[in-house]
Amino acid sequence: MANTVSTSPEHSGEGETRRDFLLIATSTVGVIGTALAVWPFIDSMNPAADTLALATTGVDISAIEDGQRITVVWRGKPVFIDHRTAAVIEAAESVPMEDLPDPEPDSARAEKPEWLVVVGVCTHLGCIPLGQKPSDPRGEFGGWFCPCHGSHYDTSGRIRKGPAPANLPVPPYEFVDDSTISIG
Amino acid sequence: MEAKTWKNPVIAWIDDRLPVFSMMQAELVDYPTPKNLNYWWNFGSLAGIVLVIMIATGIMLAMQYTAHVDYAFESVERIMRDVNYGWLLRYLHTNGGSMFFIVVYIHFFRGMYYGSYRAPRELLWIIGVFILLAMMATSFMGYVLPWGQMSFWGATVITNLFSAIPLVGEAIVTWLWGGFSVDNPTLNRFFALHYLLPFIIFALVFVHLWALHVKKSNNPLGIDVKGPQDTLPFTPYYTIKDTFGLGVFMIVYLAFVFFAPDFFGEPDNYIKANPMQTPPHIVPEWYFLPYYAILRAITFDIWFVSAKLIGVILMFASILILLFLPWLDRSPVRSAKFRPIYKQLFWVFFADCIILGVVGGNAPEGAWVPIGQAATFYYFAHFLIIIPLLGKFEKTRTPPTSISAAVTHGGIGTKVKEAAE
Repeated sequence: MANTVSTSPEHSGEGETRRDFLLIATSTVGVIGTALAVWPFIDSMNPAADTLALATTGVDISAIEDGQRITVVWRGKPVFIDHRTAAVIEAAESVPMEDLPDPEPDSARAEKPEWLVVVGVCTHLGCIPLGQKPSDPRGEFGGWFCPCHGSHYDTSGRIRKGPAPANLPVPPYEFVDDSTISIG
Repeated sequence: MEAKTWKNPVIAWIDDRLPVFSMMQAELVDYPTPKNLNYWWNFGSLAGIVLVIMIATGIMLAMQYTAHVDYAFESVERIMRDVNYGWLLRYLHTNGGSMFFIVVYIHFFRGMYYGSYRAPRELLWIIGVFILLAMMATSFMGYVLPWGQMSFWGATVITNLFSAIPLVGEAIVTWLWGGFSVDNPTLNRFFALHYLLPFIIFALVFVHLWALHVKKSNNPLGIDVKGPQDTLPFTPYYTIKDTFGLGVFMIVYLAFVFFAPDFFGEPDNYIKANPMQTPPHIVPEWYFLPYYAILRAITFDIWFVSAKLIGVILMFASILILLFLPWLDRSPVRSAKFRPIYKQLFWVFFADCIILGVVGGNAPEGAWVPIGQAATFYYFAHFLIIIPLLGKFEKTRTPPTSISAAVTHGGIGTKVKEAAE
């Protein structure tokens, strides 16, 4: 039996042995070590520092007329800025919560009521809703209308009708001064 | 080998239709391996692992790299500064290249010392030489990608080697460049080929292993396996030995990556390529230095053949000559253990390769020129004169009759007769 493997002297044939312990301990260290080594490979595909540095966009809003909407690019996505009129604000604020699929008061979505800032990407499957140009259809609620699958958003960017599950998200932003906002 | 029956019904179902599990069991677990392999036999599996590391890091780097003369250098700097762990991936890749050559060169020298290239493993050896050639092409093109000064001028010098070919040389060089100098088309094709070749190497490695598993491993005694008493199953004996060796190797490799990442590099390659200015001293990466020395050794025309062409021919011949080694060596025994003269001349040859490397790293002037010429002459003399003559005249010692006889009867070769009786 020269070609067979002899077992270690302390192997009793039953139960756990020192060899089992060593095998499990070594394998565990090996698996954890490999998992740790894999992380840099995965993380290298996350946004790099220069990509993150472009993640803040400054916008001059002094030239936007009452009732005018503009689109700016933030992180490669369109952001809708709506300079809302008093009547539009009134309409957005007076909507009863029970009418909303994704209930959220207008005051929670606009830091200053006359400025609405939302990410212009439909929460259904990522198309850009229409409504930025005066000639665009704005849907049944006067906000935005997504042409892909017919989602209607209201003047606060909230979903009111159609397949989209949630309101247009409000990006993090702040008013640097009265005429400039910084998104991101 | 009897077919194994699998307990797990899913594995049994698959194995019945595609015997992948049976194959793995036979080739990676039961595979009979000579029981006397020493640590020099670790370098084959190490080379395979380095190849996998190179492909893995390379794919991640390719996701961040831009193959364009206007952006290549900057994209590499972006990898170093901005990409998450980009510095780590790049240093693993650049140092991995050097490690790959260290491991493969040791693998080659081991084969030469123990006669692993001898029959019946000639084809295994030849495939190995092709792997080395593919590695050289891959590393050369990879070195061009960062588009630094050494990248550019290295690419210029090496592609110009082909201009030494009579009549069509210039046309070939223009074809290689895709223009009239190393430029954007060159960089683009080098990137495409640098991505392709590792997979060709991978396929060659597969064929190399296939050939290995047909004729099985050589061993330090250089004698054939006589029966199961001479072997151990690959798993666990050699999987654990290879794993231990891998741990030691990784300590060395990562020590460079973390503490001396530019040790093998050239500072000039952190200067962006400038086609209008050649750096004062062009050197290839260290693993090409011996060939570079051979290339420059010939400083004189021979009849109508130019020195340039002879240098290029000798440089390629220095590797291609390895293909003929199995037939140049006619010694009755394989391993240097039983070849008292070859055993010493092997180390002289090794030293000669190191000397060629040193010569290749120095500017071709003064004493370096004759030293390089002498070392080049010796390099070829080793293959074409020394090895054939040793095969004929060397008085070899008698190897033991079997691997287990060498172990069980104390003293290699001494009590063989007794054992045989």
